[in-house]
Amino acid sequence: MRRYSILSLARNALSHHQGWPRLWRSPEPRRAYEIVIVGGGGHGLATAYYLAKEHGIVDVAVLEKGWLGGGNTGRNTTIIRSNYLWDESAAIYEHALRLWEGLSADLNFNVMLSQRGVLNLAHTLHDLREGARRVHANRLNGIDAEWLTPAEVKAFCPIVNVARDARYPVLGATLQRRGGVARHDAVAWGYARAADARGVDIVQNCEVTGIEVSGGRVTGVRTTRGAIGARKVAIAAAGHTSVLAAMAGIRLPIQSHPLQALVSEPVKPVLDCVVMSNAVHVYVSQSDKGELVMGAGIDAYNSYGQRGSFHVIERQMAACLELFPIFGRMRMMRSWAGIVDVCPDASPIVSKTPIGGLYINGGWGTGGFKSTPGSGWVFAHTIARDEPHPLNAPFSLDRFATGALIDEHGAAAVAH
Amino acid sequence: MLLIPCPWCGPRDESEFRYGGEAHIGAPANPGSLSDADWADYLFMRNNPKGWFRERWMHAQGCRRWFNAVRHTVSNEIAAVYRMGEPPPPAPGPGREGET
Ligand SMILES: Cc1cc2nc3c(=O)[nH]c(=O)nc-3n(C[C@H](O)[C@H](O)[C@H](O)COP(=O)(O)OP(=O)(O)OC[C@H]3O[C@@H](n4cnc5c(N)ncnc54)[C@H](O)[C@@H]3O)c2cc1C
Ligand SMILES: [Zn+2]
Repeated sequence: MRRYSILSLARNALSHHQGWPRLWRSPEPRRAYEIVIVGGGGHGLATAYYLAKEHGIVDVAVLEKGWLGGGNTGRNTTIIRSNYLWDESAAIYEHALRLWEGLSADLNFNVMLSQRGVLNLAHTLHDLREGARRVHANRLNGIDAEWLTPAEVKAFCPIVNVARDARYPVLGATLQRRGGVARHDAVAWGYARAADARGVDIVQNCEVTGIEVSGGRVTGVRTTRGAIGARKVAIAAAGHTSVLAAMAGIRLPIQSHPLQALVSEPVKPVLDCVVMSNAVHVYVSQSDKGELVMGAGIDAYNSYGQRGSFHVIERQMAACLELFPIFGRMRMMRSWAGIVDVCPDASPIVSKTPIGGLYINGGWGTGGFKSTPGSGWVFAHTIARDEPHPLNAPFSLDRFATGALIDEHGAAAVAH
Repeated sequence: MLLIPCPWCGPRDESEFRYGGEAHIGAPANPGSLSDADWADYLFMRNNPKGWFRERWMHAQGCRRWFNAVRHTVSNEIAAVYRMGEPPPPAPGPGREGET
């Protein structure tokens, strides 16, 4: 891997930037690997990187049916924060946030992390109590969290409508100053480049169509580019987690739904933080290009169609305009959907399975971008050691039988 | 927006309906003798096929009645709707987009 630096930038400027190498090789898949990772989104690529970096395992392939980051990695609204309610979630999301804070240097690739602060608005007495409770819980877990009064919200984000007679009155907000956004594509590319440099094979246009199991142990996968043997298979397929698990006869508590997002025409800087409102399904930030990036709540029905219904974004836009009257004349340029894998307790599954050598990382639903580094880190540990790390042990599949659910609907259900 | 044919009222906009998830999940006959794993299966585990799916809808802003539909989860094509208690129709062939 040729490292990026101010010197290499200058050197390549002399040759008109024609001499940069490709970010990763595109090798033909070999006949067998020690570990096959299914899914070349952020989570799968981060898993490969930490397998190589933390555990010294490089006999690894990442198989992606389309192109890297073409799933939810490249479709999400990139909000990053760690202010979840329960200890288990706070620990895993905060671990991810700490990794984010050193990620650009670690990968030698600028993921454009911007810790501009994330506001979560409260509109009702219930929101207010839930938000205040969460701030206290976060502080007990060593996570930065503040409670803002309506006047303080106005000072932090002047374009929010905090009028007392507003349709959605702002009664206060939680603020995590270390929260923010990052460049989604760069996360996939940075992990892919760094994993490839350590010897991981990244194979695109390679769809896994079957999982081979013999005597209760996984032995490999069938793909559109032939059979590939593997001692261990790790699923990181986001919206398609259930489809992959079904190939091995495993039923999951996951349902797949469309989640829609949209961007406006680019405008001059008008919003320098992230504003979220769970109650009315609004979250918005402004990209470096000047576009407002916003998203809605999930469409109600199960779907793999990567598109949603118009009334869902119409409703979220209506609420958005109540909160930000200044956006009234903006035009929205594009909208799209990703397929998110939703668990009943709004928490992920990062787990071993009843089949030896088969591991699942899914159910991150509407909020797994923020966890990308942490998810890959604990998943790599789980695969390499064949046992969960203490950070992800509570997120095992067996919690649905023991009843030890991790209910994050307050912090995660709609929000990201 | 989906156009959903309510078996009582005819085709109506999706925004009039409430979604009820997977259909034909029967309550356990002998709840007292269920293991924890059986309970997990009944309460939480769900089919999540990429293809034809039997699901429940409720016409919340119409007749307010529940019914079942067979919908394709990629093309959104609705092959059949049928009333609660009626036997499910056999699964159709592959969907419009060639998905199974
Ligand atoms: C509109 C939207 C907004 C969101 N906003 C946020 C947000 O603000 N903050 C946040 O934290 N999270 C957000 N999320 C959620 C977040 O995007 C996901 O939780 C996360 O990206 C999922 O992990 P991933 O990156 O690995 O998934 P993906 O990028 O989807 O990767 C999974 C990959 O698996 C591949 N795959 C599937 N099946 C197969 C197969 N059979 N063989 C080979 N490959 C296969 C897919 O092609 C895909 O590339 C949002 C999601 C959406 C859709
Ligand atoms: Zn009706």
